[in-house]
Order: sequence, then structure tokens, then C-alpha cells
Amino acid sequence: MATNFLVNGKAATTDAPPDTPLLWVIREDLKLTGTKFGCGAGLCGACMVHIEGNRAFSCQTQVSEVAGKSVTTIEGLSSDSSHPVQKAWLAERVPQCGYCQSGQIMSAADLLKHNPKPTREQIVEHMNTNICRCGTYQRIVRAIERAAREA
Amino acid sequence: MNAHINRFEAAVSRRQVMMGAAGLSFAIALGGSTDAAVIADERSGPALSPWVSIAPDGTITIMSAATEMGQGSMTSLPLIIAEELDADWNKVKIVPAPVNEKIYGNPGFGGMMYTAASNAVTSYYKNLRLFGAQARRVLLDNAAKKFGVPVEELSTEPSIVVHARSGRKLTYGELAAFAEVPVQAPEVKPEELKKPVDFRLISKDVMRAELPHKVNGSAQYSIDVQVPGMLYGAVVRAPVEGAAPEKFDEAKVMAAKGVVKAVKLPYGVGVIAETPWAAFAARGAVEGSVSWTRDGKAWGFDSEKGLVSFAATARDPSAKATDWFKLGDARAEMPKAASTFEAEYLCDYAYHAQMEPLNGVASVSPAGDSAEVWCGTQSQTMALEATAQALGIDRSKVKLHDTLIGGGFGRRGPRDMDFLVDAVLLSKAIGKPVKSIWTREDDIKNGRFRPLSAHLLKAGFDASGKLVAWQHRLVGDRVTPFADPVRYEKAGKKDFILMLGADAKGYDVAHQLVEQVYEDTGVRTAPLRGIGFTANKFATETFVDELAYQRGVDPVKYRLNLLSKTPRAHKVMERAAQMADWGKKLEGHGLGAAYIDYSGTQVAAVVDISVDRSTGKIKVHNVWCAIDCGTAVQPDNVVAQTESSIVYGIGLALTERISIKDGAVEQSNFYDYTVSRNRDVPPMHVEVIQTDNHPTGVGQMATPLITPAVSNAIMALTGKRLRHAPFTEERVKKAIG
Repeated sequence: MATNFLVNGKAATTDAPPDTPLLWVIREDLKLTGTKFGCGAGLCGACMVHIEGNRAFSCQTQVSEVAGKSVTTIEGLSSDSSHPVQKAWLAERVPQCGYCQSGQIMSAADLLKHNPKPTREQIVEHMNTNICRCGTYQRIVRAIERAAREA
Repeated sequence: MNAHINRFEAAVSRRQVMMGAAGLSFAIALGGSTDAAVIADERSGPALSPWVSIAPDGTITIMSAATEMGQGSMTSLPLIIAEELDADWNKVKIVPAPVNEKIYGNPGFGGMMYTAASNAVTSYYKNLRLFGAQARRVLLDNAAKKFGVPVEELSTEPSIVVHARSGRKLTYGELAAFAEVPVQAPEVKPEELKKPVDFRLISKDVMRAELPHKVNGSAQYSIDVQVPGMLYGAVVRAPVEGAAPEKFDEAKVMAAKGVVKAVKLPYGVGVIAETPWAAFAARGAVEGSVSWTRDGKAWGFDSEKGLVSFAATARDPSAKATDWFKLGDARAEMPKAASTFEAEYLCDYAYHAQMEPLNGVASVSPAGDSAEVWCGTQSQTMALEATAQALGIDRSKVKLHDTLIGGGFGRRGPRDMDFLVDAVLLSKAIGKPVKSIWTREDDIKNGRFRPLSAHLLKAGFDASGKLVAWQHRLVGDRVTPFADPVRYEKAGKKDFILMLGADAKGYDVAHQLVEQVYEDTGVRTAPLRGIGFTANKFATETFVDELAYQRGVDPVKYRLNLLSKTPRAHKVMERAAQMADWGKKLEGHGLGAAYIDYSGTQVAAVVDISVDRSTGKIKVHNVWCAIDCGTAVQPDNVVAQTESSIVYGIGLALTERISIKDGAVEQSNFYDYTVSRNRDVPPMHVEVIQTDNHPTGVGQMATPLITPAVSNAIMALTGKRLRHAPFTEERVKKAIG
């Protein structure tokens, strides 16, 4: 009862039960540990990935739902940390403990893909899905503004 | 060294002011590039000392003794060595130090390897400068011998020894290839250390070494560790500390595919499975069927009623109290006061909510006589010892791999390392490596909290209205005896985690008395970011505000008067008020101020708030904060840590609350324990006031400012006092009517 899908452009397969959260398949089966477990309830955004180009909570997505679809994780956002959001994240010195940052970056990249020149209010609203306990929010907003400017 | 540091002291007039990060720009450094230090697993090249190795290619390995949880110590401590070594920072490789307390122990914690209390830079600073200077001296001596010149004729440029008279040069890498290292480290006199004006790295911002790994998913936390043949574990713990499992439905637990074993532990039931999802399914089956003994103290405890009882105890003069802090003789002076004023404050339990749920990985040998563990821990020493103790083996039989930490805030430093011991016991039970992961619900239900506390404050004024006597009677759930019984004993049974910050430090009050009434509810407690200061400064800084109103003086002016003898304190309060344009009225807004001396760091803030009277919801619009931590080793990181502290403080002030019913935690995930999100965070304006004083901590100093500042702002706006933190909508609505 294998599920086949694409992860970061490569074919992936798992025999995890169909209702298994995609998060655990990505992390423990496929060993792509950049995507994080935070709450298991779609409340914190640490597990954010892109499915068919749109952000999604991988802890709230059953693996059967991505059969035949394309999933992008932080490891696939760019091969060399060159995505404008990643560059802006370093330029603004955003991360502290860093644990939530993959999810933050995936949310931010999703925003800019759909809305390349967001207003500050739109940034805050979009990023409200993602908790950062180190409180890097001010720098997150600044980094997204920079990425929008420099992309 | 002392003389040298003393020479730095009190040089307030020489301060330079660095504005908050808004105006800064940085060169971008990506992982693996050559313009920033990098992190590695192993040192390379001959060792000049236990701290420094230099390879012939010029790579300089510097050991990092502190753990990294986002505070930046993994960069700032090696950078202090690099400064005195005169190392080219681009050639530095940072390697986590092995567990060896004699060499790498934190002088601020009696030599334990322990990263907490925001003291890593402040405690290691002097020694690391010396070690860096000694390593440089070894290179100079070798170069002098090679050139056949007196060592006094040599100087250094980054990673190069220069003989100016002959124009000859040797790179550190060239020197390392033949350098002879003396058995005894060479003597370096304090006056031979660099002068602050010559610093190239300290007080200049560099890229934090681990940051490139934190934007591409490659940073490894213990939850990410994969060990060949590893199984997955989960544990359902007793809701009350001290209770044990009675029975559970083992057949149901074993029913899920991939479940390997269920294990009765002294404090809970563990399950082991081939996959994490099978482990969580089994965990759910345990939770649905387990029953517990009624051992343990907290059964029956209700935190709402408990707090009412704490408050009554605070008001009861016959309750047995011990003196925590005394200055002058407040007991004698208070009755002589021309007038007095009393007020009471209450504070709830609060939870760390670090983003990486607790976890550990352990591989115990089949015979149970040795172990390898992977853990994100604030204390390498405690992780090693807790593992050894759990297995009944010597700590030399335990190998620890400490990883990056997905948030510590005090939760990853308990003496018993509860989250690591889960993995150790499960691995022992199955004879294979186990990664044990707590769910978010586990993390909250088994949380160890900032304690419940009630505070009674009393002030005595002389006939002229001057504040002469101060009493603070604190009734709080014990922390140190539970969180770290070893340090509790060493401290002479002083509950410093609960009590720190309860005095009026910084203010000119001649007679002060702080008393503790000891309470032990049985609820699990721990230091939480801001430790005792978060509750105690809510009480004291709200109280100071009340005193200003009593005297009819503006609250900032009142503080500045009381701070006239402590110039660094006076300066931060004055500056925060200036930044906020204190005194300006904005319709529907209120401003509130607070000041703290937090372990030597001077910090003050003004907050700008409004409140929706129909819901009781407070909105924070701006926070202005001035901080003087002496030498700011990494100024932009001081700003970042201060922003972070403020955000954490906003959560504690407004929403974060744990309640206990029948000994058990009522909250379970981020829907009923709500922390600050992007929308909740106002513009934060942070100014670092650099002085040449010895560096002091920055990781949590602003957190305790926010609750009192918000309370004070609500007073300014509504004329009503908030006396019970957090200021939930319900409480605010009730208070302001």
C-alpha cells in the first residue's frame, strides 16, 4: 500500500499507513529533517511545506492526500540557500534558536510567490500562522520586505 | 585580570550609543563561504591549548563550551578567544567542547557545564580573553625563536605574526606547522590584553556561525538525530509528580502495527515502536486506559484556590517566613515611618513553550553498562550525570552528543533531565537505540512552570515623603528544590530561582526586607525565562509606580529620583523615556514604564498600549527599551535578544497562563496556551548603551519589564490597577469595569 509522490522534484515512496501525517514521513522515512514537528495540530506552522506550490501544514496532511503530487520542503526551496527569502533571512539575522524558521521561510516564500509586493499588513496577516517562541517576528517582517525588494 | 577589568569600570562618560538594528546593514555570508566562522565536529591541526588548535592551512579551531539555544553563545564565546588571539575570524572553525568540566566548565556555575541565567559571556569573558592571549603568546614566542629576534619586536595582524623592522611575516598556519607548545601556558599580564579601542571583533557584529544552517534545514536538533537501527519511543507520564502507573490495557497498546514493546516506568508508561506514528498510536492507547496511584503531593491541588490561599498567607503576619534579603533594618524603620502604603500582586504559573518539543535519543549497550546519548540540553554535565544515574553506571561510561537546542528558556536544564531519561530507560528496555519524542500535549501536561506566587509589598515614607523602608513578603511555590536539588543544597537551601529580583536593587531605599514564605504544592516547577524576576518585578515595578501616584509624582520622574545614585540605571530609564517621548498624550493610549537591574544589566522600557473596553483585550503598540550590558560583545545580537525578551514578556503579560485542577495541568496545546504571534508584536525600539564595563547578560533581561510596564500603562490610561498577571481579557474587563 505504498504512496508515491514527488519531494523536491524527486520520486518518493512510503509504505506508511495512508492516514499518517506527511510530516513524519518526510522527517523519519525520507530523512528530510528540516521540516519540524511543533504541535501536531496545525497551530504553530513549524511543519510548513509546499504542496503543488501552495503552503500546507504537513502535520495536518495525511500522506495519502499527496499521492501523485509534488511536495517541496525547506531542503528543496533552493539548492544553495539562494532563494531571496533565505538570503534576506540571513541579511536581517532573523533566526535565533532556528527551530521554527524552516516553517517561517516556507510560509514567507509562499506569500511572495502569490503576492510579490505585499503590504506590511499582508505580511503580518500571512505570517500569523507561524509561531516563533524566540520572538523574531519584527525581523521576519523586515526580511520579507527585503526579499520583496531584492527579488 | 581583575585590575584590568576594574580599569574598565564606571566609564559611563565614555559610552558610545548604538541605535537599534533598523539602521544597520550587513554583508551576507552563506554557509561554507569564507567570510564568517563555521561550525565543525572536530578540531584540526596541533593544539596550542585545550581551547585552540591551528592547522597548517591556517584553520583555527576554537572550542565552544556553551550550548546554543538561539542566544548566540556558540559564536560570542569563541569570538572572545579569537579577539585576544588576533585570529582572522574568517579562518575560525567552532567545535562544541567535549564534557570536561575542569577545562570547559562555566565559572558562573561552580565549573559545571551549564548554559543558563544569561551568564555565559559574563562568566567566561575574563578567562577566554586570557586563553586567547596565551595562545597568541605561544605563537609569538615561536616566531621570535624562528626569526632570532626579541619577542617584544613582534606584533600581530589577523592570523599573522609580523616583524616590522625586517618586514618578515609568518602566518599562524605556518607557525602551527612547527610551533613548540610549552607544558605550562605562558604568563600574560592584564596590561598585555587588548584595549577596548583596539578590538576588532568584540563590539563588532559578525554573522552568527550557525545561522546559515538555520535557513536551509540543515541545522540539527536532537529531534532530528537518526541512528541506524533506531526505534521510536513515547511516554505517558503520571499527571502528578510522584504518582506511578497502576495498570493499562497492554493488549490494546500492542495492537497497532509496528509497536514493539510497552514498558512500565516508575513515573509513567513507555511504548517503543518501529515508526513514530506507531509510537504515537500506542501512546494514545496507553493514555486511554492507564490508571495512576495517588502517590505524589499535588493531587487535589487547585491553582485558583491555591493562589487565594497564598495571598491570605502573605497577609498573615504569623505565617512562618525566612529572610531572603536585608538591607539596613526595615523591621525597625517601618513602624517609625510617617506614612505607609501597602499593595498586593498575584502571578500565575507559566509554561516555556520552546518550539522543539522535548525529546532525547539514547543507545544503551545490551548489557546496560554504557550508553551514547544525543540531547539538546542546557547542561552537558547534568545530561551525562542523569544518564549515568538512570543506568546505575559511572558517568565515564556515557558519551554525550549535545546538539543545537530548539528553544531552552530554562526547560532544558533540570537536574534530572526528564526528557533524556525517557530515551535512556526505553533504550535499556529494548536493547536498541531509541528516539523518544514528547507530543506538544506531553510538553504542556508535563511542563515545569514559572511558579504561582502572591506578593505583599509595603513602603514606609518619612515626614518629607522620602521612601525609607521597603518590605516584600513573597509566598510562592518552591522552584530550586524541585528543579535542581543539588544547587539548592549548595546555596544553603536558598530558593534563588523563585526569589531573585524581589528586592529594590538600583533604587535608593535605605531599609529593605524581602521575606519568603515557603510553599510546596507538589506542582512541577522550573526556571523560566526571566526566572524570579518575571513575577517579582511585576510586583516591585508596579509597586514603585503606585508609590509615585501616592506621592503625586510622575512615575518616570519618581524612578529617576530614586536612581540618582546609580548613574547607569538612571541613564537607561532616562533614555527609554526620551525614546518614548514620555509625557506626550495620545488619545486612547497609555504609556507605562519599568526599570530593572537584572544581574548587573541595566534595562528600562516604556510601553504604549490601548485597551478594548468591551472585550478587555490589551494591544501593545510600541515598546521602547534601553539596555546597558557593559561591553556588548555582539551588539546586534544584544538587540535581537532584547527584542526576543520583549516578545516573550508580552505573552507572559497578556495571555500565558497555566492552571492546575486536582494536581493536573488543564491546558494542552497552542489553542489554550496562547503565545505571542506576529500580529501581537508591536514595533520594538531597542537602544544598546555601550559602556566599557564587564559584559553582563542579555538573554532575558527585558522579559520581566513588560508585565509591570503594561500594568502601569493601564493605570495611566484607565486609572485602574491590574494586580493579577497575566492580564487576560476577562481580568482586564473586570478590573477596568
